[in-house]
Parts: sequence; C-alpha cells; structure tokens
Amino acid sequence: MPDTTTDVTVMPDSPTGTPAAPARNERRGRRRPRKPFGTQFRTAVSPHQLNTTRGRIIYWIVLAIVVVSFTAAFVFPLYWMVTGAMKSTEELNSIPPTFLPSHFSLDGYLEAWDLLDLGTLLGNTALYAGGAWLLTLAVDVSAAYALSKLRPALGKVVLALMLSTLMIPPMVIMLPAYLTVKEVPIFGWNLLNTPWAIWLPAAANGFNVFLLKRFFDSIPRELLEAAEIDGASPGRILWSVVIPISRPILGVVSILTVVNVWRDFVWPLLVLPDSDKMSVSIGIASLSSQMPQNVLVASLVIASIPTIVVFFLFQRHIMAGLTAGSLKG
Amino acid sequence: MTTASIPAASGRRRQPTKLRRAVRRNVTAYGFLCGALICFAFFSWYPMVREVILSFQRTNFVDPPRWVGLENFRTVINDPAFGPAWVNTAVFTLLALLCGYGIPFVTAIVLNELRHARAYLRFVVYLPVMLPPAVSVLLFQWFYNPDYGLFNQALGLVHLPGLQWLNSTSTALISLVIVSTWMNMGSGTLIYLAALQTIPSELYEAAELDGAGLFKRIWHVTIPQTKLILLVMLLLQIVATMQVFIEPYLLTGGGPENATVSVVYLMYQYAFNFGNLNAGNALGLMLMIVLMVFSAIYLRVSRDNTV
Repeated sequence: MPDTTTDVTVMPDSPTGTPAAPARNERRGRRRPRKPFGTQFRTAVSPHQLNTTRGRIIYWIVLAIVVVSFTAAFVFPLYWMVTGAMKSTEELNSIPPTFLPSHFSLDGYLEAWDLLDLGTLLGNTALYAGGAWLLTLAVDVSAAYALSKLRPALGKVVLALMLSTLMIPPMVIMLPAYLTVKEVPIFGWNLLNTPWAIWLPAAANGFNVFLLKRFFDSIPRELLEAAEIDGASPGRILWSVVIPISRPILGVVSILTVVNVWRDFVWPLLVLPDSDKMSVSIGIASLSSQMPQNVLVASLVIASIPTIVVFFLFQRHIMAGLTAGSLKG
Repeated sequence: MTTASIPAASGRRRQPTKLRRAVRRNVTAYGFLCGALICFAFFSWYPMVREVILSFQRTNFVDPPRWVGLENFRTVINDPAFGPAWVNTAVFTLLALLCGYGIPFVTAIVLNELRHARAYLRFVVYLPVMLPPAVSVLLFQWFYNPDYGLFNQALGLVHLPGLQWLNSTSTALISLVIVSTWMNMGSGTLIYLAALQTIPSELYEAAELDGAGLFKRIWHVTIPQTKLILLVMLLLQIVATMQVFIEPYLLTGGGPENATVSVVYLMYQYAFNFGNLNAGNALGLMLMIVLMVFSAIYLRVSRDNTV
C-alpha cells in the first residue's frame, strides 16, 4: 500500500491526487517554484488541469486579461472623471487627450462647490436620507413586530396587502403618488418641497416589512414569553429584546433605505422642484447643461464621494442586502 | 399565544378575561401597525387604486373629475410616439438583457475560477453601482460627446472614425444600453458569484469522473444549480429595465426622432410637459398590466422555491 508522501517523492512531477499539505513539505527545495493551486474550493475548472504547466499558463493569461479589462472598464472611467475635473476646458477639448492633467489643481472642485451650491444639495440629501432612515426603521420595525409577534386579527390580510405593493412597479404609480403628495387626501396638506414627500413614501416599503418579519419570525417564542412573564409590555419587549438581537437585519434595512433615497432620481425630481430643496442628483442634473464640462465633472466626483464612503463603511451589510434582495419571496 | 394551563374549574371565569386579553392584544398590535398602515394607505394602496380611476377620468383639479371612458387610451394610442415608445422599451429591454444578464453571469463564472485578485475584482465590478445613477449617466454623457468625449478620443487614437453616439438614430439606443449595463452589472455579478459558491464541489468532481469537459460541466452542473437565481434575476431585470426613464431623460430627451423615447418617459411627458395627466395615467396602466404579468411570475417562482 503506497503511502502518499513516498508517492510524491517517486513522481514529483505528477500533481494528480496529491494532498496539498504533505506535498508542499516534500517539494520544499525542489525546482518547482510555485505552490499548487489550492483544492479547498473546487469549481468548474479541474484543479488537476489547473496545476499542469499548460493550465497555469492559461490561468495567468486569463487572470491578466480579466484584471486589465476590469480596470479599463470600471476604474479608468472614474480616473478620467477625477482627473477631468482638474483640466481646463481647452485641455479637455485637446486631441490627443492628456492622460495627466497639465497641472494639479483643485480649482475645478472649488468652483463646482460654489456654482452648484453643492453644500446645500448634499445637506438636503443627507436630511432626506437620514429622516427616511429613522422613519422607515420606526414604522417598519413596529409593523413587522406587530405582524410577527402580536398577530392581530386580519394580520395576514394586512401583510398580504403590504407585500402586494412589491408587485406594483414604482414608476407606474408615480403619477397618482405625486398627486397624493401634492394634496394629501383627507388632510389636504401640500407636501411638495418638504422632506415628508421623501420620508413618508420611503417608509411604505413592503420589502422592508417582509425582511424584518421574516427575521422576527425566527426569534424563539420562549425568549419573548420570558420577558412577558417578567411583566414587560410589548413595547418594552420590542425595544429591549427584539431590537438588540435583530442588529443584522436592522443593518440591512438601514443601508437599503439610505442607499435607495440617496440614489433615487425620479421621485425627488417630481416632488422637490425648488432648486434649494433638490437632492444632489437632481440639482446636478438640472444645472448640467449650463455648466462648463470640467465644473460639471467635478460636481459628479463630489456627489459620488458620500455613497462610496457609505459603501466602505457598510460593505458587509450591503452585500447581505444584495443577497437578501435577490432571494426575496 | 395563550399557554396558561389553569385547572378546568376556573374555565368559566376565563371567558371574559380571554376576550379582554384578545381585545387588548389587537389594540396594541394595531397601535404598532398604525404608522405603517397610514404610510401604505396614502403612498401605496390609494395611488394603486387611483391609477386605475384616473385613467378613465378627465381631471383638471378645478372642476369635479369627469368620466370619459376610453378617451385617454385613445389619446395615447394615437400619439405618433406611442409605437416607438413601446418598441424602444422592448428593444432596450432585450438588449439590456443580452448585455446586462449574460455578461454578469459569464463574469461571475470567470471570477469564481480565479484564485488571485478576487477582492480587487469584486470591488471594481461593484464600483459603478456605488455611484448615484444620475452621476453615471452624466459621466457617460460626457464620454459620448462626439467632439471631446472619451470614446471618440479613444477611437481616434487607433485611427478609427468617431461615432455620433447619442445624436444618431442608429446608435442612440445602444448607447443607452451601454450606460445601463455599466452602472448595473455589479450587483448581478456579485449575486451570481454568491450563488456559484454554494454549488457543492462533489458535483463537479462527479461530472469530471464521468468524463465531462469544462463546458459540459458548466452546462450540466453550474447552470442547473443556479437555475432558480437565474430565473428570478431574469424576471426582476425585465421589470426593472422596462421602467427605463433616467437614461432617456438625461441623455437624449427621447430623441433623436423618438429613437430613444421609452414608455415611462412618454408617461412623464404627458403628465408634466403636455399637461395631460390622465393620458399619462392611461399609459401607466398599460405598462402596469404588462409588468404585473412578470411580477406575478416572479412572486410565484420565488415563493415556490425559497425556504
């Protein structure tokens, strides 16, 4: 019965079937410079083929092509945007284009900040996103809690009605929703150009209720009953028991809400027509045709910084939200 | 809910307290629900109903609304932009699916094979998704500029003639598809990548032992194993791309010669430029019916197949 280690020493050039760990010990000091590709995760490409010389060459070529083309497709446009804002209009028009701005200056950015009043626009957007976040959490968490744990009469009907809104494409009901904001039925308020026009519709999000309810359903009943026996009211149970153990899903819902409000275009375009109430996307778009190209590009850079920062801070939650979003239902 | 097992003797007494407890539970529950009920009622449920009502009415917000039957629908259908809007939306959706559905899946399969630079590639492909859509679209407006845009400059470097991009009827729609794919493909890629990583490696090993080559393994293992997510993403993407608005709104204004007018864009124009909100509603109702078919299939598929 041949033992694997001796097998390796006899046929060192055959990579087939050699477990990674002992093989590496045996190979130390031999000619082959690279350690074999790990076999811990197996994919469509056979690890054995990958470890042949031909497999390695193909692998490195593919890797190089992918890295170069991805960088060209996704990083280069952003590089072009960041440096384009530093070029003068003449330099932007020059042929052939310059790959580095002729002199490094942030004047384009400063000019954009002043001309487009980006401070106000970003402040507005932060207000809309922050308020929508708080209101959505308050409204959707308590609704999901009621539907999941308090189980009122007709709760199933209410849930079904809330989930039915997922079937309605938002663009299609945009006009009647706009009319509602313009004159709220019964109350007769005009919410146009107020933050409520963003906040209230953001809270009416069936997907959030669904995500939260599904999570709350998985909380063991015994935990809540223990709190109930200790005399905690439903509100107290929600605040001290349910919310602390629901951090992950609250993170997902928070990030989805903030990102959606920040990225949204059509809805703020309709309900925030005043130039000093606009969100940053709308503000830039509405002034885009009157701006010199380098100023416009500078404003685009500034407008994307907050979302990129948010992404870096909450990368894990965003990924979780992404997969949650793909499997809703 | 009630688990107290009190001796049967007190059965009679429990009747009123049980009722009272149920009432109290319902009152508390609806207390927690009222915020959501108000938001949904005003901003989701009522607009859904009103969408249908307004399609059959004529309103000018001064006189009481008048029922006009199918007149709004007739107005929209007789619009010369009506046909192009639906055709463009359909073609856009088809092209956006070819690019925006096929490319992410292939990208995900390739990324899944790579053992190096994984974090970098994943980050880079998601970069455009992080930008607000308006930023991506305006950025591409600059790139598409026939005189000083990046694309024509790049073509000039390799001595190819520049294109008119957004200004020509033949390239305008495909230009919109390129922007749309660029800014949206990151999320699809990462979703597929997550799905690919759940495929058990035994399946590939078994297929290999049976003598299946690389492409056979992808065809007989990878695709069947990701079938559900592929189907769900397909339906989601159809519904999302058929609502295309921001690209024509910012880049072309529906032009040149209605080459890029989309259904939602036409709907917006009816409501805010032509001053005929009811016709816009009628158009919206038609789109809603089309999209709800896909939404219904989507809900059916995802409900039948998730835990």
